[in-house]
Amino acid sequence: MLISLKWLKDYVDISLDAQALADKLTMAGLEVDEIKTIKPSFSSVVVARILSVAPHPSADRLSVCEVTDGADRYPIVCGAKNIKTGDVVPLAKAGAVIPGGYVIKETLLRGQPSSGMLCSEAELEIGDDASGILQLSADLPLGRPLDEALDLNDTVLDISVTPNRSDCLSVIGIAREVAAITAGQLKKPRTRIRESQVDVRSLTSIRIEAPDLCPRYTARIIQNVKVGPSPVWLKSRLEAAGMRAINNVVDVTNFVMLEMGQPLHAFDFRFLEEQRIVVRRSRAGESFVSLDEKARVLPDDTLLICDGKKPVAIGGIMGGLNSEVKDDTQTIFLESAYFQPSSIRRSARKLGMPTDAAYRFERGIDPEGVLCALDRAAQLIAETSGGRVCKGAIDEYPQKVQTAGEILLRSERIRQIIGADIPGPDISRMLKRLGMTLRRSGKNMIVIPPSFRVDITREIDLIEEIIRLYGYDRIPVTLPSASLTELSVVSRQDLEERLRGLMLGSGYSEIINYSFTSPVFADHLLLEANDERRAVVQIKNPLSEDQSVMRTTLVYGLLETMKKNANNGSTNLKVFEIGRAFFSRGAGDLPVEKNIMACLLTGMQSDQHWGAKIPVDFYDLKGCLENLLHDLKLEGARVRAEAAEPFLHPGQSCRVYVNDQPLGILGAVHPDVLERMDLRNKAYVFEINLDILDSLHSGRICYTEVSRFPAITRDVAFVVNESMESQRMLDIVLNQSEELLENVAIFDIYAGKGLEEGTKSLGLRFSYRSAERTLTDMEVQSAHQRILDKTLEMTGATIRS
Amino acid sequence: MITKLQQLEEEAQVELAAAQTEDAIQTVRTKYLGRKGLLTGFLRNIVSVPEEEKPLFGKRCNEAKEKLSAQIDAALARSAGGKKLASLRREAIDVTLPGRGIRAGRLHPVIRIRREICDIFTAFGFSIVEGPEIELDYYNFEALNIPKDHPARDMQDTFYVDENIVLRTHTSPVQVRVMEKIKPPVRILSPGRVYRRDSDVSHTPMFHQIEGLLVDEGVTFGDLKGILTAFLKRVFGEDTTLRFRPSFFPFTEPSAEVDIRCVICAGRGCRVCGQSGWLEILGSGMVDPAVFENVGYDSEKYTGFAFGLGLERIAMLKYGVSDLRLFFENDSRFIRQF
Repeated sequence: MLISLKWLKDYVDISLDAQALADKLTMAGLEVDEIKTIKPSFSSVVVARILSVAPHPSADRLSVCEVTDGADRYPIVCGAKNIKTGDVVPLAKAGAVIPGGYVIKETLLRGQPSSGMLCSEAELEIGDDASGILQLSADLPLGRPLDEALDLNDTVLDISVTPNRSDCLSVIGIAREVAAITAGQLKKPRTRIRESQVDVRSLTSIRIEAPDLCPRYTARIIQNVKVGPSPVWLKSRLEAAGMRAINNVVDVTNFVMLEMGQPLHAFDFRFLEEQRIVVRRSRAGESFVSLDEKARVLPDDTLLICDGKKPVAIGGIMGGLNSEVKDDTQTIFLESAYFQPSSIRRSARKLGMPTDAAYRFERGIDPEGVLCALDRAAQLIAETSGGRVCKGAIDEYPQKVQTAGEILLRSERIRQIIGADIPGPDISRMLKRLGMTLRRSGKNMIVIPPSFRVDITREIDLIEEIIRLYGYDRIPVTLPSASLTELSVVSRQDLEERLRGLMLGSGYSEIINYSFTSPVFADHLLLEANDERRAVVQIKNPLSEDQSVMRTTLVYGLLETMKKNANNGSTNLKVFEIGRAFFSRGAGDLPVEKNIMACLLTGMQSDQHWGAKIPVDFYDLKGCLENLLHDLKLEGARVRAEAAEPFLHPGQSCRVYVNDQPLGILGAVHPDVLERMDLRNKAYVFEINLDILDSLHSGRICYTEVSRFPAITRDVAFVVNESMESQRMLDIVLNQSEELLENVAIFDIYAGKGLEEGTKSLGLRFSYRSAERTLTDMEVQSAHQRILDKTLEMTGATIRS
Repeated sequence: MITKLQQLEEEAQVELAAAQTEDAIQTVRTKYLGRKGLLTGFLRNIVSVPEEEKPLFGKRCNEAKEKLSAQIDAALARSAGGKKLASLRREAIDVTLPGRGIRAGRLHPVIRIRREICDIFTAFGFSIVEGPEIELDYYNFEALNIPKDHPARDMQDTFYVDENIVLRTHTSPVQVRVMEKIKPPVRILSPGRVYRRDSDVSHTPMFHQIEGLLVDEGVTFGDLKGILTAFLKRVFGEDTTLRFRPSFFPFTEPSAEVDIRCVICAGRGCRVCGQSGWLEILGSGMVDPAVFENVGYDSEKYTGFAFGLGLERIAMLKYGVSDLRLFFENDSRFIRQF
């Protein structure tokens, strides 16, 4: 809200400068976002004195003057009659710009040189008098810029008013705050209305058919108005508040809204059929053309202001084109009403009409200030347009608007909230300055807030006012006394932190993608029609189509990240994301949110290294995942090369299980997906469910004694079918539970020359050890042979010689 | 004779000093100490030494042999060392070439800030809790004293899933869910993603918040100031100046916006602080009794405060990031710097 300091000073004395005032308001909860200076729309106009005036030799109506700005003398040709030697006047020097964008130049007027222009009030748009040159006070210093000399500059504070403070959406509202903060006196404008003999009731009537939406409707009629431009003072007030001047009637209604916070509307009375007003709800399918010349179908329950036959305004939001004040309007029907806030808000939102009036009504105006604003506006319209206000106001007030009654304010409660003592007399003084009525009740107080403070209904609201005016900075800093609580830990948070540490150590960086994505993701990832990841949560009002559904996988975002980075020339990428995926459970239910970690690897193993350029492959990423599972002591983790995912390479992908529970997927991204997403390089991803991982890992560390005795190893190369998974081989060995076998590992894989087509050689290193003694060759040999026999029998492998 | 011995010794020294190679040193050894060496044989001259000088002469001869032998050993060792050094020198590499292997990954700056803040508050005894990101209108708004058709809803432009389900606009609904479940005392911290329908240089449709809540008997506005002052000093440094100023949040009363003295211009006024010299850091306030009533807490017995802050904003200020959108573009050139 823009508040002109000059205007503000009409209602409260302010000795602080603009910055100091802004600081005070900010610290009282009215945050000043900006302090702007506004200057009149002219430049290089200075105070000057006329040294001589002589008739123009060749033009009867012009005179030739010599003027000085205290430094130089200028010949000026002037057409005005009201000047004489010694007058102090405004001089627009050559190069000056005056309103309307006119640039003053040195020129010859009928043969006489003129190096500037003497100006009238109207020419400078600082007043309405166009009859002659503006006469300035003789004591103004010559040469001084006119805006400074006449104090024409204004300062405007841009105040952001919080939604609870509807009472501050007006200059008087802010003035009241300033008075409360600075212990100043609020000077409200007094309206002394001069009425004609014509009784308003003889001209019109009001019927309220929807008192729940319009509890109060007041009106006056002003006759014989002459619509025209507003006087300069009125225009400049509106302009300082960022509002455009229209005509003297409309400008007054806007002025009073800005001044008092009560939106008003002026109808041209001649267009009100049956000369009466009916306030009712809209009917199904009813449409209306408002002042902005747009036709709208009105939603149900829109409050309409109608005449005897048709709607003439959308109540509290905007007037109608059919009853607008025009240049030839003579009789004004002026409305000042109270509309039910939430109904105005609903209608304004549905209609997409966030008008200044709706903004105030939906926050709640002063129900008891309706009439006062009506009188103020009626009187000002009469004054600025020469009209006459009819006798009396109509005040239909069928339903009393509830304002807060008595509130008990307990001193003990104040201390309980604030944690400090504020002296009782200070409290009374502060509350009184805010317009509250109060009386003592023992140690406590009974407070009645004023009707314009619609935000104050409870004790806590009063306490806020007290602490706000007392000053937050004066409340002493304390620390809460600790009542110890047992920490309930979300263990997944710990898990995530642990995974982060491992991933960072493995060279992967964390990224954050938006949780919403484009619905094309499912097609790009080649998901089947019945894939559960197509059950997306849709956003009803997305910012754009490509942010319109909640993600069900993090992989797509990683691929998009890969693409963006590739476009920037970063083709080596090791990134992971931890976040949620969302699965719809149908309309009306909250979706299932799963905690997911996903990881992407692409490019070369070593970024920008001078050594061998080795592209990353499946096993680089698998190693990373194994490292995580190993660190979490999940020794039961296994991968299975099933047809894992439609978006993964069918021959280079797998599912990851822990004790037969599926944890996630791992693999190379399917070439078709890469192609669809316009990605050139191979990429490897894994995605695991952290909720499941969290449920599986205990983090328990179980120590086994380290043997002091040496191990004996045996290497054996098995020739097997090339499709044989190495894990199966290891499982067969391990499942024999040979006591002395400490470990078995793959040390070599070979296929090719020397081996039959379709076979491969798997080299296994068996390691035998006892915790109690040094093993003999005999012992090892018999255990080893048992293992070999069984393994060969079960796999059909042969031993490579 | 002893003089002759000294001469011989000196000659041997000179020759040893001149011997550069192992062979030359061995030649010196053979010449003087070999089986027919000059020093070895010198003892034979004892016959021509007077009787009384014989013991001394013998002693001197042995001393000279031992001394030279030790010197030759040392010279040989030096020579061998030199040779080894020379051969090691031939294995020299360019030590300025970059090392091989893993470069540690980088933590996303927002996560880094989150970790820092969580660590501070867990040290204050706060527990970390979570809540759904897609939330019922009730928890996101109504239970927080923001009814439908209330202007306070304008403060947060909302993404809707349907009439009663929204993408949470703040982490505050977590407080309600926690208070519904447990009785006071409550000390929780809830970090997470939040969503608002807004996108420009200073707004992204998704960002991160941390919400804190402390409820107990006897918690005051002074305590709110105390905890938040301690917190902000830890994050921005002990000499940080802060101010608490009145504001409005529907679920707290009194409400306070907390500003710190601009970290860029130290309060002189700059573009970052909008010339005000202050930076808005977090919103806070005493929990509104209406919220306590919604969760069945006795608002006469318990008081508490809540606060919330945006992590991106803190990260921008701490790391000097000027464009909010960078946090979600995931450009590796950006991430790599944290």
